Amino acid sequence: MNYRMIAYSTGRILVAVAATMTIPLALSLYYREGNVIAYLIPIIISIAIGAAVSIKTPKNKSFFVREGFIIVALAWIGISLIGALPFYISGQIPKFTDCFFETVSGFTTTGSSILLNVENMSKSLLFWRSFTHWLGGMGVLVFTMAIFTAKDTRTTHMMKAEMPGPIVGKLTSKWQFSARILYLMYIALTVIEIIFLLFGGMPLFDSVVHAFGTAGTGGFGIKNTSIAFYNSAYIDYVISIFMILFGMNFNIFYLMLIRKFTQIKDNEEIRWYLCIIAASALIIAFNILPLYKSFGESFRYAFFQVSSIMTTTGYSTADFAKWPMLSQMILVILMVIGGCAGSTGGGLKVVRVMILAKVMVRTIKNTASPRSVFSVKNDGKQLETGVVKGIMAYLVVYVIFAVISLIIVSLDNMDFTTTVTSVIATMNNIGPGLGAVGPTGNFAAFSPLSKIVLSVGMLAGRLEFYPILILFSPYTWKRS
Amino acid sequence: MNVIIVGGGKVGRKLVEDFNGEDYDVVLIDIKSTVCEQVQDDFDVMCLNGSGTDLAILNEAGTSRADLFIAVTDNDEFNALCAVMAKKIGAKRCVARVRNREYFNQLDFMRNALGINLIVNPEYATANEISRMLRFPAAIKSETFAKGRIELIEFNVDSDNALCGKAIYEIYRKYKIKVLICAVRRGDDVYIPNGDFVINSGDKLHITASHQDLAKFMREIGIIQKKVRTAILIGGGRISFYLAAQLLESGIRVKIIEQNIERCRELAEYLPKADIVCGDGTDKNVLGEEGIDNVDSIVTLTGIDEENMIISMYAKTRNVDKIVTKVNRVSFAGLMENMGVYSIVTPKNITANIIIRYARAMKSAVDTEMLTLYRIVDNKAEAMEFIVNRESEITSRPLADIKIKKNVLIAAILRKNKMFLPDGNSILEVGDTVIVVTTRHISSLGEIIG
Repeated sequence: MNYRMIAYSTGRILVAVAATMTIPLALSLYYREGNVIAYLIPIIISIAIGAAVSIKTPKNKSFFVREGFIIVALAWIGISLIGALPFYISGQIPKFTDCFFETVSGFTTTGSSILLNVENMSKSLLFWRSFTHWLGGMGVLVFTMAIFTAKDTRTTHMMKAEMPGPIVGKLTSKWQFSARILYLMYIALTVIEIIFLLFGGMPLFDSVVHAFGTAGTGGFGIKNTSIAFYNSAYIDYVISIFMILFGMNFNIFYLMLIRKFTQIKDNEEIRWYLCIIAASALIIAFNILPLYKSFGESFRYAFFQVSSIMTTTGYSTADFAKWPMLSQMILVILMVIGGCAGSTGGGLKVVRVMILAKVMVRTIKNTASPRSVFSVKNDGKQLETGVVKGIMAYLVVYVIFAVISLIIVSLDNMDFTTTVTSVIATMNNIGPGLGAVGPTGNFAAFSPLSKIVLSVGMLAGRLEFYPILILFSPYTWKRS
Repeated sequence: MNVIIVGGGKVGRKLVEDFNGEDYDVVLIDIKSTVCEQVQDDFDVMCLNGSGTDLAILNEAGTSRADLFIAVTDNDEFNALCAVMAKKIGAKRCVARVRNREYFNQLDFMRNALGINLIVNPEYATANEISRMLRFPAAIKSETFAKGRIELIEFNVDSDNALCGKAIYEIYRKYKIKVLICAVRRGDDVYIPNGDFVINSGDKLHITASHQDLAKFMREIGIIQKKVRTAILIGGGRISFYLAAQLLESGIRVKIIEQNIERCRELAEYLPKADIVCGDGTDKNVLGEEGIDNVDSIVTLTGIDEENMIISMYAKTRNVDKIVTKVNRVSFAGLMENMGVYSIVTPKNITANIIIRYARAMKSAVDTEMLTLYRIVDNKAEAMEFIVNRESEITSRPLADIKIKKNVLIAAILRKNKMFLPDGNSILEVGDTVIVVTTRHISSLGEIIG
């Protein structure tokens, strides 16, 4: 194990994230909030630590899969601890476990909150809270990659650990260039959304913060009633559509940029994704029709909630915890499915569900006629058995992780719906669940132990389990 | 610069590694998905899984924007076809590896007719390298610049060598011969030494000088240059064939030991002047019978690294003066080189170096032109030959007034066919050939200014 290299790479990520903290620092000065110290301390700490370990390039640059995964896991835990400090030092969230939960929820783009009253928080902290969504959405490692020139050739191991999805492909031959393209597209889409929201009459600060929440598919709002506060059909639809865009594989936007439309048309995952959204929205719209005046209105709420849950954002315009059971059930299923691979969304990812479905169909057919030969295809290309096996293993890990979390969280003795959906909503990086953690509720009532378990669940879900599992596995730290 | 490589075998992988360390955008196309995955994990490049003759794959790789297209699969016809297709799609330059002797004989025709810019024959290139080594037996390796007028050799400093314990300025003062020590390898480190650098035993020196001066210098420091007059080649493959032809031409007696009788007959037909022996070259008795005790040099060229290494070690115990070992796996090459007494050739490195040199020359700027590039000291340093072809900052002042980057050394200047070693007062002129040794990557003379 190359400890020096692990420290070096993790240190650089810390420095990069600390640098972004100067934005809320500037806002705090601008709004004269008097909590400059809350940002200065974490910035100084992380730059001191980061610079100490990364000022000299390590001599031994050998670097393998194990190191890559450990760097990613450590970096995410590190930035969550540093990112939690502003909340703690400013005293706006008194307990450190709560600060940690809130920051993890931010970076992992979950959007679950322990705040009882969001509107009490100072503006710079609200900004920082949403900005963690934006950074965490595309990935802090991708961010570091885009700004630092690195000659390390083995970065693929790290990128694989951070980027969501079973198959990681890059846009161009160099990671740095790919990372820059990704961030440029990401910034462009975010800016476009801000402009659209401004047209809808949303104030500038609110537009920026909500655009960050949408872009990272996070879902931290700044109003107690989330997006419902604005009560505007225009804003609802703008946010819905942008949520759907950010839940798509970013390769699609790149293919659009270089005008390779046939490849977009051939992308099966996007078709499944859009079909699932459309079908779910229609079913729910009919199901909740009695609660609303017209079909238009019920569709608006159904569409918003479906896009928000499917993309694992977690904004809300209606209290879906009060909707009929069928609608609630569909939403819970969507929570598990999640966004597309290579997007900022969480969950199992559409492509995994799609391949699992195909494997299931094939297995049934094979049982009926054992001698026939089938192949599982994705985008018209035959899938390698390794990928299929990897997805099956992933599902098993996912279920076991959920079961263990469920058992620990049940110690709090909440009702069944709350316990189950709190785990599902955090592990899939959605935000609100049902019951006490529904759109109008929050996670404040849980014990510190549960909050830590849920935080680990959020990190594990965002990083797709393996980095966190490898970090905590004794096998990793044995001398080989 | 955009580079597309077809085939991720030994040479392809080596090329990916080398290009990746420099400022190139590399796309690798390989038919095996495992190769793609492996390369993608190890290097920062893009890999496409598919055939290099598949138009869709070529387009996806961006062939129309490629500056350099390299086909190095193990199939000659496939390589040529890839290169031709790439050229038609719009790749600027194409390189193909073609090793079949029939094709190689009609090289010029193929280059012109198919529009392939560079055809590399690994075996032929390796044979060239070996024959250079045999011409300068005291050196572990030798390269030539300026059409053979300047030599760059690597040699080992033994503990009884006169240079041991001396600083470089003392050496220059003592011998008053125009040689320049331009790089020293000590253990795993490479130094571009200055005058105070003290030579230790076990160091490997890289020296440039003209052919005559070098011979004189070697004599003075007590290394006797014995000319190679006889050679035994173990293994009768393609390298053997090319090498034997070259050696015979320069008057060296050649004996080839090959196991396969069919191949022996073939060799005997094409190389009537050579002695062809059908026998097992790993057999001590066969080697003894064929005169290993009297031969000047032995070259081990079987297909198996281990056999080559063991035969070389055995040859060393029989006091053969010059031993050249072919080693395909680079990790083993290091092992042998550390023992210091063997000259090692690795065909895939030689092939990759030719292609890299070509790529680097494409990149070189307008005011200078790169002629040759050699990678020395385990690829950790480079020696390059440039022609100054117009006035620029570098020709304006004496070298002492130009701030030259660290770890860059101007090793020699060739003006009007006369070589001299530069000092602070030297001023470069248009038309000069300049030899630079550096541990950096540079592609034009302008880049040496710090």
